[in-house]
Amino acid sequence: MQPRSRGSPISILTRSDGAENSTCPRSLAQLQVRQKAPNSQVLPLSPLSLSLSLWYYSAGATSPKMLARLAANRLLEIRQAFRQPSRSFSTALNYHLDSPDNNPDLPWEFSDANKDKVKEILSHYPSNYKQSAVIPLLDLAQQQHGGWLPVSAMNAVAKIIEVAPVRVFEVATFYSMFNRSKVGKYHLLVCGTTPCMIRGSREIEDALLKHLGVKRNEVTKDGLFSVGEMECMGCCVNAPMITVADYSNGSEGYTYNYYEDVTPKHVVEIVEKLRRGEKPPVRKLAGHGTQNPNRIMSGPEGGNTTLLTDPKPPPCRDLDAC
Amino acid sequence: MLLGMKIKTDTPVAKKAREGVMEFLLMNHPLDCPICDQGGECDLQDQSMAFGSDRGRFTEMKRSVVDKNLGPLVKTVMTRCIQCTRCVRFATEVAGVQDLGMLGRGSGEEIGTYVEKVMTSELSGNVIDICPVGALTSKPFAFKARNWELKGTETIDVTDAVGSNIRIDSRGPEVMRILPRLNEDINEEWISDKTRFCYDGLKRQRLNDPMIRVADGRFKPVSWRDAFAVVAEVVHQVKPEEIVGVAGQLSDAESMIALKDFLNRLGSNNVWCERNGSHHDADLRSTYLMNTSIADLEKADVFLLIGTQPRVEAAMINARIRKTVRATNAKVGYIGPETNFNYDHQHLGTGPQTLIELAERRHPFSSALLNAKNPAIILGAGLFDRKDKDAIFFAVGTIAEYANAIRPDWNGYNVLLLSAAQAAALDLGLVPESENSIESAKFVYLMGADDVNLEKVPSDAFVVYQGHHGDQSVYRANVILPASAFSEKEGTYENTEGCTQQTLPAVPIVGDARDDWKIIRALSEVSGIQLPYDSLEAIRSRIRTVAPNLLHVDEREPATFPPSLKPKVTQKLSQDSFRTAVENFYMTDSITRASKIMAQCSALLLKK
Repeated sequence: MQPRSRGSPISILTRSDGAENSTCPRSLAQLQVRQKAPNSQVLPLSPLSLSLSLWYYSAGATSPKMLARLAANRLLEIRQAFRQPSRSFSTALNYHLDSPDNNPDLPWEFSDANKDKVKEILSHYPSNYKQSAVIPLLDLAQQQHGGWLPVSAMNAVAKIIEVAPVRVFEVATFYSMFNRSKVGKYHLLVCGTTPCMIRGSREIEDALLKHLGVKRNEVTKDGLFSVGEMECMGCCVNAPMITVADYSNGSEGYTYNYYEDVTPKHVVEIVEKLRRGEKPPVRKLAGHGTQNPNRIMSGPEGGNTTLLTDPKPPPCRDLDAC
Repeated sequence: MLLGMKIKTDTPVAKKAREGVMEFLLMNHPLDCPICDQGGECDLQDQSMAFGSDRGRFTEMKRSVVDKNLGPLVKTVMTRCIQCTRCVRFATEVAGVQDLGMLGRGSGEEIGTYVEKVMTSELSGNVIDICPVGALTSKPFAFKARNWELKGTETIDVTDAVGSNIRIDSRGPEVMRILPRLNEDINEEWISDKTRFCYDGLKRQRLNDPMIRVADGRFKPVSWRDAFAVVAEVVHQVKPEEIVGVAGQLSDAESMIALKDFLNRLGSNNVWCERNGSHHDADLRSTYLMNTSIADLEKADVFLLIGTQPRVEAAMINARIRKTVRATNAKVGYIGPETNFNYDHQHLGTGPQTLIELAERRHPFSSALLNAKNPAIILGAGLFDRKDKDAIFFAVGTIAEYANAIRPDWNGYNVLLLSAAQAAALDLGLVPESENSIESAKFVYLMGADDVNLEKVPSDAFVVYQGHHGDQSVYRANVILPASAFSEKEGTYENTEGCTQQTLPAVPIVGDARDDWKIIRALSEVSGIQLPYDSLEAIRSRIRTVAPNLLHVDEREPATFPPSLKPKVTQKLSQDSFRTAVENFYMTDSITRASKIMAQCSALLLKK
């Protein structure tokens, strides 16, 4: 590594010089071809802005190379302006903003019943490694507080495990299952990972959002529902799937149920059942993980097509000889 | 690593891999080097120059991160952060304030405090140095200068008794910033915020011209000749025992010996250095030095802090104690008023009562001291001002004896001084002849002394203030003689552990000011009692006859005789509990009191 020295200003100079002298790798034509496909509506704009930027720079010395670079930059800007905003997986920002229902001055503590649970959780860890209990305690606090963690709850957990509050904030912001802004009593999580997406999770999310009239991570006016996204929950073989986190009865009645092999129509039915206070059955048939009545657990629709008999013993080994 | 293993660092594969890593690092890094304060001294920039490609292939949007408010000293541009977490580790492990953390995950990962919180640490400025990019930069230095325009001068800090090694970066006549220099024995690689950010005080409230107070009470700028003539006239009108001289906290050894010689030639020996108290004796060096040495504090297993709050008195020594406590779980006992510590400690009591219990082994902490292998007892220099100082030191001597703290291989008897001039002043014998000389003084010579209680000075006394700042003492002065600050002169200082170090001039002297020793030398000539030195070399050979250790620069001279040689005292301990010696960490001397940045810090960070 170079030592910090008085000589280092050169690094800035040579960088910009280098860019000036180098040939631009991407020609205008190349870029235009790449642009065309995703954002065809962009193109009508570009001649105008291009000519504008040409006019702007024509006062100085111009070269074809420079023009090409300008054009490329402009196209890049336009492309970026029309990009889809990145999807947010977490329910909140990575920093806290005070609000009437979420600020460090609000008192928060575990309920009496949960205090016993806290003791039980702490007993799993050596007394000098209390901080190991941070995740189970945050989970318990979230269940108790209607599915989300206000700052004061995280502070309370930090106090119990005797660490600085920021160590708890680090954990709570890392895991997307800890919600740091308000969620509905029923928090619906749509799996968005590749197998579910291929099997139509986007449509399922759209159906839920349209039916409830909310945006992602927004709570319905009655406070009952919110829709979020969760990454792979391990049910790829029964994709697509949603999870319903039920915070309506505190930590005692807390459930976290998987609904697999769902359809846009089906998830709306589930929502309506929840709204009526019913518990939509997790399985259509007892012992089955899927909502599709024609499937048995992860098996194919209409029954098994392979492995119909007991597997044969391995052909190359004589087990009796062992 | 295995024996015979060959590591190739310049193959095409290695170069390509490095280029790839650099490309990832620069993927989300903004291209704002031209407007970044780190530009020119940026690790990422250097690495990119040495190992990176000249272009990246990333055409997506770069991410942006919300800036955080870390207080008046550290400016944040969090979009530039490359998530190295050095600042998190520094805050947690060295500074001892667990405020910073790594929040979020993946591309949303960012450094922050989650709940907005300013960094209330006396070492917070160091995160500026350890940040490899421009994410954490100095707020007062923002957009002021480029590092290649600056001239670096390797010198030392004088705002406390540690003598941290620093580099003053200046441009023309202006000090632009102060950075730490590595010295493993003293400040390691850190400096305190006071050291780092006091420099704007060097530009404010400066005294440019000699001035005389005229009949209507205002100051009138005069020539040096006229000012000296006035002082010389008064000097010969007063009796020798009515002459008093006080050296200030920031005085160097050369000017202190000149002051002492000057007053001695006038027939007075009432000369001392402020904060040493007016009834100190300098017979045994071991009774006013940190005998363990700063670096060896790391070997201690039990600390007993008596009347000292190291966090505000000497932040670097506190960092050393914290390092020890963290590494070896050393025990810390503290006697004194309620105060902030950033490590585990036991508050044993508030005053001499606890000291007596400890000396008589009635206190539970006595057993910790008895069982300690290397006990370190640290006394605060704030105790020098107490009337029962000798009794306290005697009681501490008893404790040191039974704890076996003073052995040939270990000396655990320490005094933590408060200011840069104290140790050299005592080595040079700046000890007043009589205790209450200031009450009967007719001529008071203040050499940068701004913390002397001037209410006791009789109203008809003639006060000369020689110094660089219009601080507290100029209000009482009759004549002002402008002197140079530590950034403008070559001067010798001795830190609290007895290590001699020198400052070097980084910037030219302000206005018509002169070096302290030159002023006294010139004044002595006008007064007709010319001092026999005309150069720094000559004044240093005079120092050699008094304290030769002050000429061994960058060497620590340990005390030869143990403090137990002190005669037994019959003085009684008073019942008054110990007091804090430093009320405001950010403002302790004339430079820091003139600093706007230090004023902001005191207003914001000391708010309860």
